[in-house]
Amino acid sequence: MATDITPSSSPTEITDPSLMFTATEQSRKKQLMENIARAIFFVMTLLMILPLVLIVVYLFVKAAPVLSPEFLFTNPAKGMRAGGIWAPLLGPIYIVITSLLVSAPIGVLAAVYLNEYARASWFTRIINLAVVNLAGVPSIVHALFGVGAFVYFAKMGRSVLAASLTLAIMTLPVIIASTKEALNAVPMAFREACWNTGATRWQTIRGIVLPNSISGILTGIILQVSRAAGETAPIMFTGAVFFKAISERDVFAYGLFDRFMALSMHLYQLSTQVPGVPEALEYGTAVVLLGAVLTVNALAIVLRVYLRSRKRW
Amino acid sequence: MAQTSNATKKIEIADLTVRYDGLEALKGISFDIYENEILGIIGPAQSGKTTLLKTINRTIEFEPSAAVSGSVKIDGTDVQSIRNVNQLRRRIGMVFPLPVGLPMSIYDNVAFAPRTAGIRKRSELDELVERCLQQAALWDEVKDRLNSLGTKLSGGQQQRLTIARALSHQPEILCLDEFSIAVDPVTTMRIEDILKELRSQITIILVTNLVQQARRLADRTAFIFESELIEIDDNDVIFSDSPAHRLTYDYVSGNFG
Repeated sequence: MATDITPSSSPTEITDPSLMFTATEQSRKKQLMENIARAIFFVMTLLMILPLVLIVVYLFVKAAPVLSPEFLFTNPAKGMRAGGIWAPLLGPIYIVITSLLVSAPIGVLAAVYLNEYARASWFTRIINLAVVNLAGVPSIVHALFGVGAFVYFAKMGRSVLAASLTLAIMTLPVIIASTKEALNAVPMAFREACWNTGATRWQTIRGIVLPNSISGILTGIILQVSRAAGETAPIMFTGAVFFKAISERDVFAYGLFDRFMALSMHLYQLSTQVPGVPEALEYGTAVVLLGAVLTVNALAIVLRVYLRSRKRW
Repeated sequence: MAQTSNATKKIEIADLTVRYDGLEALKGISFDIYENEILGIIGPAQSGKTTLLKTINRTIEFEPSAAVSGSVKIDGTDVQSIRNVNQLRRRIGMVFPLPVGLPMSIYDNVAFAPRTAGIRKRSELDELVERCLQQAALWDEVKDRLNSLGTKLSGGQQQRLTIARALSHQPEILCLDEFSIAVDPVTTMRIEDILKELRSQITIILVTNLVQQARRLADRTAFIFESELIEIDDNDVIFSDSPAHRLTYDYVSGNFG
C-alpha cells in the first residue's frame, strides 16, 4: 500500500524550509476568528461614537440660523420667542462656581481625612457607606432637601445661594469618592518611606501624597462642573425662574440672593411651555449647553493628559 | 555574650511578643543590642525578623492587626512611653528590601527628612545631602544630576538613595532589612564597606537572608527561627563548629534553610 511515502510528503518532516511558515488548516481558522472578533469590536466602537456625532451635527444644523455672538450676549425677548440666552447662560456659571467653592474644599479635605488619617473602625465604615449612598441619591431628592434646608429653614429664599448650596450637597459625595480614589493611587510605600524618616502625617501628605494625586483630584472636581451645570431639578426648586432680565454684557449681573435663569431649565421651558418659539432658538440653546459641558470635559481631559505626562514614577 | 560586657546597651528587648490576628510572629524574645556594634539577624523567611525591626521604630502600629507585648527600650526608655513617635522614628534609620525612591528629585529625596525636622538653610542642606550620598556610595554617580527624579534611578541606585535617606535624619540606630536583595554584588560590597565605617558612629542592625553577609559584617549575630530567638552570640561562636544550638550550626553551615 503506502510504499511511495517519501520524507518530503510526510506531515511531520518538512524538508523545504519555505514550507515551515505555510498556514495549516488550524492556523487559518484561528486567523479567521481573529479577524471576525476584531471587526465586531470595531463596529461596536463605531456604534458608540455614532449617536454623539449625529446629535452634534443635527443640533448644529438646526441651530445654525441663530448661532452668533449676539445670541450669547442678549437676553431672551418677546416672551422667549426672540433674543438670545444671556441670562440663562450666566446663571449656571454663577451656581457652578459658588457650589464648587463650597463642595470642593470640604470634599477634598474630608477625603484626605478619610483616606490618610482615619483608622478602620465602625465609624469610618459608616461614613464611607454614607458617602457612597449619598452619591446615588436622585437629584430630585437633593432638590427637596435644598428647598427645606436652604430656601425655608435658612431663609435664603429661592436664590443663587440656595441653589448653589443644594448643588454643593449633591456634588459633595462624588468629589469625596473621586478624591479618595486619587489619593489611593499613590503607592503606600511612599507614605511608609516618609513615616520611617519621622515625618508626620501632614508632612507626608503635603510632601508626597497631594503633589502626586492632584491631577486626579482636579479631574474629579472638574467633571462635577459639567454635572452641576446640566442639572435641572435641584435648581428649579431652589432659585431658577422662568424669566429674569439682567443687564447685558455684565458678568456681575446676578447677586447671591437673586433668582436666576439657567440653560437646562430654559431649554425645557422653550420646548414645552411656550407656544410658537422658533425651532432654531431651542436648538441654539441646546448647542450652547452641550458646548459648555463638552468644553469643561475637554478641559478635564487636557489637564489629566498634561499632569500624567509629568507623572514621576 | 562574652566580648561586649563593657559596652553600653543601646537597645534592650525584653519578652517581646507580637501577634497578627492571634498568630504569633515573635514569641517572647529577649536580647540586648550594644552601642556601635553591627548586630546581624539571620533566619528563614517568615520567622519574624522584619516584625522585630518594626517594633523598634513602632511602625508596627501601621498594621492594624498587630498586637505587641513586652518591651523595647532605647537608651533605657521604653519606646511605648515615647509620646512623640516621630521624634523616635527620626532616631532610627530604616532600609527595607525593596528600594523606594520618592517621586521627587534626588536632592529632595535626601533633603526631605532634614526639612521635616526644620532645617531650612540651603548651605546646611547642601552639605547634609552631599555627606549622606557619599556615605551611601551614590554621590559620584549622581552629583551632576541632583535635580533629576529619584524614581528614574536604577534599582541598585535607588536602594543606595534609600540608605542615604535613612541616614539623612542622622539616626543613632540604622536598621537594614535585607538591603541587598535588589542590589548587584559589587554595589553590595561597597555598601558593606560603608557600613563598616559607619559602625564607629551608629548602631547597626542588619537583617539578612545571606548568612555569609552576617558573617562578614556583624560583630554578633542572632538566629531567629520560627518566631523564636534560638541563639545570639559573638560571630566567633555562631559561625564556629560549636555554637550553643545544633539548629544554629545546621543553618549557618547550610544543612537547611
